[in-house]
Amino acid sequence: MDNNELDLDLAEAVVKKAIAGGADEAEVVYRQGFDSEVKIRKGKVDLLSEAQPKALSLRLYRDKRAAVVYTSDFGKEALERLVAQALDMTTIADPDPYGGLPDPADLAKHFEAELGLWDPSVGDIPTEVKIEMVRRCEDAAFGFDGRINNTKGSSFSSHLAQVGLVNSLGFAGSYKVSTCGMGLDAVADDADGKKQNGWWFTRSHSFKGLKKPEEVGRIAAERTIRKIGGRKVATKKVPVIWEPLMSSNLLSTLAGTLTGDSFERRATFLLSLEGQKVGSDMVTIVDDPLRPGLPGSRPFDGEGVTSRRNNLFTQGVFEKFLFNTYTARKTGRKTTGSASSGMGSLPGVGTSNFYMEAGKTSPAEIIAGVEEGLLLTEMIGFGFNPVTGDFSRGAVGVWIENGKLAFPVAEINIAGNMKDMLANISQVGNDLDFLFSVAAPTIRIDNMTVSGL
Amino acid sequence: MTVDNSQAALGFFQSRFGVDQKVMHDLLSVALSRGGDFAELYFEHRQTSMLQYEDQIVRQTSGGVIQGVGIRVAVGDSVGYAYSEDFTYESMRHAANTAAQIAQSSQGIANPVDAAKLANANLYPVEKPSVDARALEKLELIRQADSAARAYDPAIIKATVLFSDQLKRVIIASSDGRLAADVQPLFDFRISVIAEEDGKRERGAMSLSARYGLEYFETGNRAEDMGRNAARQAMTNINAVDAPAGTLPVVLGAGNSAVLLHEAVGHGLEGDFNYKKLSNYSDRIGQKVASELCTVVDDGTIAHSRGSLNIDDEGNPAQYNTLIEGGILRGYMQDRISGTYFDGQITGNGRRQSFRHYPMPRMTNTYMLNGDNTFDDLVKSVPRGLYCVDYGGGQVDINSGDFVFSVTEAYLIEDGKITSPVKGVNLIGNGPDILSKVTMVANDFQLSSGGWTCGKNGQGVPVSQGMPSVLVSGITVGGTAA
Repeated sequence: MDNNELDLDLAEAVVKKAIAGGADEAEVVYRQGFDSEVKIRKGKVDLLSEAQPKALSLRLYRDKRAAVVYTSDFGKEALERLVAQALDMTTIADPDPYGGLPDPADLAKHFEAELGLWDPSVGDIPTEVKIEMVRRCEDAAFGFDGRINNTKGSSFSSHLAQVGLVNSLGFAGSYKVSTCGMGLDAVADDADGKKQNGWWFTRSHSFKGLKKPEEVGRIAAERTIRKIGGRKVATKKVPVIWEPLMSSNLLSTLAGTLTGDSFERRATFLLSLEGQKVGSDMVTIVDDPLRPGLPGSRPFDGEGVTSRRNNLFTQGVFEKFLFNTYTARKTGRKTTGSASSGMGSLPGVGTSNFYMEAGKTSPAEIIAGVEEGLLLTEMIGFGFNPVTGDFSRGAVGVWIENGKLAFPVAEINIAGNMKDMLANISQVGNDLDFLFSVAAPTIRIDNMTVSGL
Repeated sequence: MTVDNSQAALGFFQSRFGVDQKVMHDLLSVALSRGGDFAELYFEHRQTSMLQYEDQIVRQTSGGVIQGVGIRVAVGDSVGYAYSEDFTYESMRHAANTAAQIAQSSQGIANPVDAAKLANANLYPVEKPSVDARALEKLELIRQADSAARAYDPAIIKATVLFSDQLKRVIIASSDGRLAADVQPLFDFRISVIAEEDGKRERGAMSLSARYGLEYFETGNRAEDMGRNAARQAMTNINAVDAPAGTLPVVLGAGNSAVLLHEAVGHGLEGDFNYKKLSNYSDRIGQKVASELCTVVDDGTIAHSRGSLNIDDEGNPAQYNTLIEGGILRGYMQDRISGTYFDGQITGNGRRQSFRHYPMPRMTNTYMLNGDNTFDDLVKSVPRGLYCVDYGGGQVDINSGDFVFSVTEAYLIEDGKITSPVKGVNLIGNGPDILSKVTMVANDFQLSSGGWTCGKNGQGVPVSQGMPSVLVSGITVGGTAA
């Protein structure tokens, strides 16, 4: 981790070897870092783990034929074998006119902007301090309510990583990211041998950015207790209020349909909807890698292209898809700087900090406005068809009657079509917070099918 | 491979990296330098390759090697874990020292590892691992699948085919002197298609996976069948109506429906959740947890199956384990640590994603045994319900047993007959509750040959599952047509 230059030099040497061996274009992406995790369960240390992961991926083109290889062995011989293997593999691939590195003009030139991703002290937190914090976290959950009688563990993890990219067009850049996080999964007994769990966590690029262990433990306990006694409700159409964790989850699902890959494969329900009003006026969705200090911030994308803010939905109007170089060329578009890094495969398309802009209403007001409906707190299953937009997931939550939380519900399902769901967003909360790189505030979606009895 | 698998793996690590029994013993001694109940080394070398075919060209070829050693030290159920991505002694010793930090007493004794007791079963002999086969041979199969899909109907406008494979060599050495090694081939062949007709679009997807070389494709027309089937599924769905919502009787078709077993039962029977009392099946051995028609096993010994293993990732041979017999809970699946809470039971279910991960109790091939009815008996008995054929995946909350799985191919049953295809079906329920509602089991058992990957705590491992057709008297169906 200490010698940044050496790694870029090594990557550059591999790129040069590839070109000398007959490649027309070549790119090396590497990642190396330090991971550690401390986990306790019921006050006792459950796991101490530590490692220094590393990987290097080489992408090259010869006569427009692509090959990608990777290794964790950075020895001279291993790297020579790697280059020879990749060159050999290009003979199997077919020429693809859209393949290749980015246009030089698209490559990032200045990426010194302070994104607030690096706090080296994350690597120096003593194990004893972490153990004490996760103990406080677990104790807070047990202390919150006597019905919390078990946990799946409370853990503290820290990661330091360095990401580097060098290509034969002269790009060479690297950046460092530190992340630490702490979480707890609490468990309580329910009727008939059933148990209920609830989790919460805090995460930051810096140690001082973490929330207090007591707060994390308390929220995990609250989320567990409110599930006890969950029952089914009759099948009907009602408004569904999505807690931020759930609306973020919905946004992650939506993100998969906004990529150049799915556009090029005609595998998205948004295929012919560019420029059209799809969502309600409340819906403004942005992907912005340049907002400092957030989980998905990055100075350049997975193939070295300049990071920029992309507006995807503006007051309901669907503005554009996200592209990397390949999908842009293949569909006659321009890259949006949205390549995800392909360690061992061609770059894909992905989001950075992908979020729905906050509204002005508080979550409490949103709930108070519901005559009968569901406060959605958890989903399970993978029921989404990106081609048609059909959405159907198992759900857990709290039933709302006359603007008040009435009783917990479980073993139900919520269903709708993503297009209709976007159009039926009638309220957006003021509680946007970036727990993950995909984030959204509390939202209300009208007219969803809840299936139960 | 005619050479014994375990000897082949040992020889590979010794000749390529100089990892011999002395090195293993030395590392185990370092790992136990602060004490501990046991230490374990997991050496892995995994060679992978992948071909991606799209718009009738080979768009991508990729490949690589993942290699390293994972070192675990256990004190009771407390675990110290570290890994090294290279096999230099210095780097491995550093990892052993790091893992040792979990223990706080004095030097423990590591027995010399003993190669004499190596198991030599081979459930997956292959003529030649597919990762070493010529790319042109795989390309031929890819083209067969692609052509069959596109020939099925002009509405199939897009096909993407992936052929990926791996050859994994492992050694597991333990401070009690045990040594085990294996060579594990696996291929994973997938196609996904998009159909477009009259302004409607739909998708279809199929996969095939097994611990075979390319000789798997010499019998039948397996590549073509896979392509045709994906196209058929997309065309079926393009004509599908919205799924009903509410509680209905459901016929779960043979084979792939075992996703239900995996989610509704399997995870809850993993030993770690049970000794920690986190599962809704905790403390229920000997109790009735399903209809008496249900007998469920986890069997890691099926020749060539994706979920099979000669040895698990802790070095124990895979086994045939009865989980539920005639509706009565008989046992859990264990790894080395969870087994100590159940009279030292060993079931061969300790698995991990790679050397970067510590093992946990995991499934292998999980299936339900045949019953006495025919498939027609099941369908005829349903006045209004669903027949579910294929699935996108599922998930369970092991604490409550509540599960969900999404169905990618399903049909209405009306007056005892299979009628229109329906789309957007989700099945929601509670494991023990659904299994108690199994009212008929057919005699048409099938093992799924799909490329299923099971996820748990962020670790994915290849699995398979199977079952005969089964009638469940009521499952909540999450559709949109209320």
